[in-house]
Amino acid sequence: MRYLYFPGCTLSTKAKGFAASGEASARALGIDLVELSRWNCCGATFPLATDNLLALVAPTRILLNAQKEGDHLVALCSICYHVLKRTNRLLKEEADKREKINLFIEEEYREEVQVLHLLGLLRDEIGFEALCEGGQKRLQGLRVAPYYGCLLLRPFQEIGLDDPEEPRILDDLLASLGCEVVEFSHKSECCGSYLAMNSSEVTRELSYAILRSALASGAQVVVTSCPLCQFNLDYRQGEMAAHYPGFAQIPVLYFTQLLGIALGIESDTFGLADHHVDPRPLLVSRGLQ
Amino acid sequence: MRVGLSIRQTRGEFVKRVEEISGQEILACNQCGKCSAGCPAAMAMDLLPSQVIRLVQLGLEEALTSETIWLCASCLTCLSRCPKGVDLPRIMEALRQLVLRKEGDRLELSALPADFLSEAPQLAIIAGSRKYLS
Ligand code: SF4
Ligand code: SF4
Ligand code: SF4
Repeated sequence: MRYLYFPGCTLSTKAKGFAASGEASARALGIDLVELSRWNCCGATFPLATDNLLALVAPTRILLNAQKEGDHLVALCSICYHVLKRTNRLLKEEADKREKINLFIEEEYREEVQVLHLLGLLRDEIGFEALCEGGQKRLQGLRVAPYYGCLLLRPFQEIGLDDPEEPRILDDLLASLGCEVVEFSHKSECCGSYLAMNSSEVTRELSYAILRSALASGAQVVVTSCPLCQFNLDYRQGEMAAHYPGFAQIPVLYFTQLLGIALGIESDTFGLADHHVDPRPLLVSRGLQ
Repeated sequence: MRVGLSIRQTRGEFVKRVEEISGQEILACNQCGKCSAGCPAAMAMDLLPSQVIRLVQLGLEEALTSETIWLCASCLTCLSRCPKGVDLPRIMEALRQLVLRKEGDRLELSALPADFLSEAPQLAIIAGSRKYLS
């Protein structure tokens, strides 16, 4: 199956391992992720001010480029997915805004593209139960905390991927790979998001609360689908350890990294060495490296 | 503290601008407090999210000087739980926009620590710029 794919700027630079592990895993499962031939940054925020159409131009251009090459667009980054999905819906429902934007970009987006997240594609097109069918479940017994964050789930009326209060999609994926999925209270609490840029202490506290909750549930690794969550949860763990004696650091991985490992794909390109808290000792101790 | 309230103020220019930018009807909020109860950043805020809305309902521009609007992470938790369907993150955005459009940038990128800037993912820098720069 061939699907158009939007990597976005972070997956092309700081989170190359997320892209590489996602693309390789998809390929192993018979999904060919074909990168859009032309794309730009989505803007990394869905504009919440209703009087600023300019911020919608960037994501509209991405959808327009996708329309020229196909009818689906797959994202891996939660934020890209959120921005593209909400923009697509807005263009569909608000004809006056769509017309204005089309006039501005001098092309016509006919809102024909369907925006998908790789998680949704795996669940709905492949089926999680098929992922490790017949194979040995290499991740058996690995205790993982599935961390959803905010933008993959909310607002449910517009995103519609999973229940925003009791999401299952990451839980189910990881369980199908043999992981022992822990229940923890903070799976869809906010990591601090862009507050990282302006309020580092608040971000550290929000991220710490999530990790503390995951650790208290016995997790050995936290799993995410967003490069901003990954950064907030991972980068400040040194500071957290200095601030909270007894805090045990915990690796934060992308779901695609574990998926790729579970599928037995060579993980050299997965960027495992790029994380601040090195996941490799844990992986080695479990014979996964 | 004495606070002056007037009916005229509650339908004044400030309230109108917030409603216009956010697309929300400010009086839809019945002050139940559910947003504040679940807001992950409430511990760091000077006013609770529901208190910020209350100030706007009363037409009090103090809402614009609250630190709360800069500590809202647009996580959309309050939106998904509000029993009245109020899109509070859009109201927070409208307040931020009113300040940014008048007073300019809230963030100096070059003042951020070099290690942070070299490690931060692109989307953090872009999202931060969208939220804190005019
Ligand atoms: S959200 Fe992202 S990573 Fe994704 S394209 Fe936009 S800014 Fe870049
Ligand atoms: S949850 Fe909704 S109705 Fe309740 S105080 Fe907050 S904004 Fe108002
Ligand atoms: S969107 Fe803002 S106000 Fe609402 S819960 Fe999140 S941080 Fe709090």
